[in-house]
Amino acid sequence: MIELLVNSVSIPMVAFLIVSLIMFFAGVFGFLTRKNLIMILISVELILNSVDINFAVFNRYLFPEQMEGLFFALFGIAIAACETAVAIAIIINIYRRFGNVDVDNVNKLKG
Amino acid sequence: MTDILIFILLAIVIVAFSILAVTSKHVIRSAVYLLFVLLGTAGLYLMLNYHFLFAVQIAVYAGGIMVLFIMAIFLTHQPGENVRKKTNWKIVSSSLLSITGIALCGYIIVKNINRIATFARGEEIDMQNIGMAMMGTEKYQYLLPFEVISVLLLACIVGAIMIARKDKEEEKHDHIKTRIEELKDKSENNKENKI
Repeated sequence: MIELLVNSVSIPMVAFLIVSLIMFFAGVFGFLTRKNLIMILISVELILNSVDINFAVFNRYLFPEQMEGLFFALFGIAIAACETAVAIAIIINIYRRFGNVDVDNVNKLKG
Repeated sequence: MTDILIFILLAIVIVAFSILAVTSKHVIRSAVYLLFVLLGTAGLYLMLNYHFLFAVQIAVYAGGIMVLFIMAIFLTHQPGENVRKKTNWKIVSSSLLSITGIALCGYIIVKNINRIATFARGEEIDMQNIGMAMMGTEKYQYLLPFEVISVLLLACIVGAIMIARKDKEEEKHDHIKTRIEELKDKSENNKENKI
């Protein structure tokens, strides 16, 4: 009982949400300001990560006896891994063709 | 009390390193800052008592994706090369946009979530329950998404290999080009020797 009380006065949900909010908008800022493709990918990873935090936090605080948010976060992590692998393959191909990985150099298509 | 201290520490680490990751001049540094952010996130999952999610975050993100990133940076950058930035007004406008977004969403969050902020936290989820939920086909069980994810991963591996490998013709072309250059060098050397 005492343990339950101690647990219930701990960190409020807003604190987690604010942290993930700042992480999300740092990602948006990097996505808009960077020219390097790898930096853009890093920003996208930040955004995806903040969304995963939100899934886990909402699940834990609002519906602690269910596991939907946990599984959404798990599948989100798996899909982020897929996306990164393909994006890095594309980046390496772009480097081979154009000599660097800046977005404004990539202005020619094959066809 | 210790919970709160640890949370504050993790929050500071996450916020500081996520801002550093998008503003640093070297790509490799921002990759390392991203690693710290991901580790801090894993710490947050641990604070929420999601031990399985913590393990997955460490293994997949900090282990797998970071290695991919660092290999990609090594393959596509000269050492000591700085990242070129966009023009000044672009930086100003996008930072204004981000700050406005933070203010707006922060206002909405603080306004609406205060009422439910002090709900009691649950206990740790049993590993057996996670396994049953992942491998079952009934309601609230996730066998189908699990299989779909595995197919997606397979497609992703094949696609990545297809995209990243060199074309056969291109390779031949490169070979011929280097051969021609060698011949040219040789003939020039011969001419110089004759002179």
